[in-house]
Amino acid sequence: MTMEAAAKPGVGRTSWRFLRRNPTLVFGSLILLAMVVVAIIAPLISADPLLMQPINRLKPPSAEFWLGTDALGRDVFARTIYGAQVSLLVGFAVAAIAMGAGLAIGLLAGYFRIVEAIIMRFLDGVMAIPAILLAIALVSLTGASVLVVIIAISIPETPRVVRLVRAVVLSVRERPYVEAAIAGGAPTWKVLIRHILPPTIPPLIVQATYICASAILVEAALSFLGAGVPPEIPTWGNMISSSRLYVGLAPWTVFWPGLALAIVVLAVNLVGDGLRDRLDPRIARRM
Amino acid sequence: MTAFIVRRIASTFVVMAVVGILVFLLLHLSPGDPAAIIAGDNATPAQIDEIRKRLGLDDPLPVQFVRWAGGVLQGDLGVSIFSNDPVLTLIKQRAEPTIALASTTLVFAIILAISAGVLAAWKAGGVVDRAVMGLSVLAFSVPVFVVGYALVYVFAIKLQWLPVQGYKPIGEGVLPWARHLVLPTIALGLAYIALIARITRTSMLDVLAEDYIRTARAKGVSTPPLLLKHALKNAGVPIVTVIGIGVALLIGGVVITETVFNIPGMGRLVVDAIAKRDYPIIQGVVLMFSGVYVIVNLAVDIIYTFIDPRIRY
Repeated sequence: MTMEAAAKPGVGRTSWRFLRRNPTLVFGSLILLAMVVVAIIAPLISADPLLMQPINRLKPPSAEFWLGTDALGRDVFARTIYGAQVSLLVGFAVAAIAMGAGLAIGLLAGYFRIVEAIIMRFLDGVMAIPAILLAIALVSLTGASVLVVIIAISIPETPRVVRLVRAVVLSVRERPYVEAAIAGGAPTWKVLIRHILPPTIPPLIVQATYICASAILVEAALSFLGAGVPPEIPTWGNMISSSRLYVGLAPWTVFWPGLALAIVVLAVNLVGDGLRDRLDPRIARRM
Repeated sequence: MTAFIVRRIASTFVVMAVVGILVFLLLHLSPGDPAAIIAGDNATPAQIDEIRKRLGLDDPLPVQFVRWAGGVLQGDLGVSIFSNDPVLTLIKQRAEPTIALASTTLVFAIILAISAGVLAAWKAGGVVDRAVMGLSVLAFSVPVFVVGYALVYVFAIKLQWLPVQGYKPIGEGVLPWARHLVLPTIALGLAYIALIARITRTSMLDVLAEDYIRTARAKGVSTPPLLLKHALKNAGVPIVTVIGIGVALLIGGVVITETVFNIPGMGRLVVDAIAKRDYPIIQGVVLMFSGVYVIVNLAVDIIYTFIDPRIRY
């Protein structure tokens, strides 16, 4: 676009321009990146999140405990930092699984009419069950583990991806270039992958970020309700749940995990909005 | 139009049948013996056998499904494993607080969101518009329980304007009832408001760009009737759709809000059942909530045809 018109802009100038055109994308990505780094280097920068010091119960923030301690004398700062691990892992994993499964099912359902009717009725049923309730039922039956939580959240998220992919496939299937490829004798799998798959990718990437945000919220809700990952793993949801009787007495025990949760989800949503503006300008102008 | 409504109702039955099969299969698809899952971790083999026999878990799956579905259709959702009470009775006992919370939230959210969306679209790019758009991203990002505890901390603990938690039946006086519902309604409604306000704005922007709006303005129609009568009515279909779809958000939120504010509704019922692995209750409440969601969306589709007579399926 006009990028090329400018005579060889320097790196600094190009990135400044990128920032000015996509403030939400850059801002969101930076926050998210910072959170990922913090989650990875958690053992290096914080104390033991599981260590209970009964003598230091519900201590307000201080030089020793930056964000205070909870009702069992555990360091809120350490637990908040470690909480990022589960949230981000679940968010990214659910987005990846829902995208992969949704893409495969959506391509098949959009392209082969026989499969379509059965799959779509089945998915209508899955979507009619509120996501949190379905995840609760799955986790409470199968037993708590990070993997189970990831799968339990992916199942209600996948139909949304299938619908999106199917809609794109239906609109692309009748285009002349697809007909030309079929008439030219290209095998079905080649038509699907070379000609039908590519236009589904941009809206899919945008959808994946929103699924990531929603997965982080559902994971937190599951942990909060006691139907999430095992309680010995610190998560923002179970931190808030275990401290909820002390909101008045020790607000920091609820405030910090809540803030961390809000910042991460906000960052992911900003990335999603930024990508949408870049990848799908038609929707961008309207939303 | 009648043909459309009949077809739409038929497809609702199909969806509910799929939901029924899924809810039934949940217990049987999970790894392990369903009887052992229901009995819990400390059950003896004799207790597990007893449960298996009582629930008929030795019969082939289709037989079990037909028996279960037949019961559901007659209003028999099974019996709580823990208390032996019929699940339907337990749900009925817990229905009032949930219905109260859901309806105050619906009314509050729809009124506020549509007003905000209309104002934002009217002065697109202005202060109200930016505030609505900014706050809506925020409302999507902060989970219900974080909003809930923030509200409790400020308005109940620090300012002491409203009760911290609990629920008072409307039969014990409207004022105590309303006071207990203010904070839960706000906490539950925020994300829903954001959702509806956004779609209202988008849909209104589309309509306001159309020629007949310019014509109406040129003829001297003043702003309030122009926005409400000419524009909002035509922008209604996507808004009503999102109100219907958003009910899923509301149902998930009810479960969490009732836990935050200790409201003894259907959400608490299911959360308590998780801790005790009282599977028939989980099954019953999931089925009930899914049914509500499906029926709301059926109603939405039928309302379309009244809002916009152009819609013909």
